[in-house]
Amino acid sequence: MTINFKNAFSTHPGAIDVWNKRTELLASNLANVDTPHYKARDLDFRTILKGVQSPQMPLWATRAGHQGIRSTEQDALYRNPHQPSLDGNTVESEQEHLRFAENTLQYQASLEFLNQRITGLRSAIRGD
Amino acid sequence: MPSFRIFDIAGSGMLAQSTRLNLVASNLSNAETVSSSIEQTYKSRQPVFATHLQSAKNDLNAGVGVRVAGIVESQAPLRMEYMPHHPKADENGYIFKPNVDTLEETTNMMSASRSYQDNAQIINTAKQLMQQTLKLGQG
Repeated sequence: MTINFKNAFSTHPGAIDVWNKRTELLASNLANVDTPHYKARDLDFRTILKGVQSPQMPLWATRAGHQGIRSTEQDALYRNPHQPSLDGNTVESEQEHLRFAENTLQYQASLEFLNQRITGLRSAIRGD
Repeated sequence: MPSFRIFDIAGSGMLAQSTRLNLVASNLSNAETVSSSIEQTYKSRQPVFATHLQSAKNDLNAGVGVRVAGIVESQAPLRMEYMPHHPKADENGYIFKPNVDTLEETTNMMSASRSYQDNAQIINTAKQLMQQTLKLGQG
């Protein structure tokens, strides 16, 4: 039996990647809280996970000019504001804070899962 | 590992908000200055914020910072007062005061300091996450 790190870590490294990207987006929402016409963006973890679990069949590119399609599943989506402001900005500070706090916890949770996997692997290798 | 871009993004927010705070200070300190002509009168200065799209031209999903696109002088009418005995009065007896709205500037100041705090908080959180990530597997 061999230890396969990819299987051992499961989806957690990918999840950390998504949380990381989301942190960046939420940070940019909060940085642009006073920018006119800025539209708040966010990632939807569920659709991204769905895309990872059942990947779509890729398009065949048989000629040099063929274009692939951009997967919309991993694109950042625009947020629907509860109370749109006059200057066209859709950032709602308290909502963004909420999501930022949630995202931080999710990141830490994924980190914790990874840590436990590593500890498990280590004790398996040591055999103690 | 959280990308170091978060620091750029939140840092740009802090820079923009501190520019705004600077302008508020400038406006408030000049609010009561007096001059004898329209040209010489201080005019309220306001920052124009814009999204820093240049940083995201290769990646549509990338986070973007904010920048101060420019600083504009307010076009609101100046305050003209009839004070013929004032040493700065013009030949018709008028003095000119800046078009600074102190109430507006005060709310501006509160908003700017809150946004600054938000960005500082984000940097702190990102730093903590990075430190935790660096310690991965050491426990």
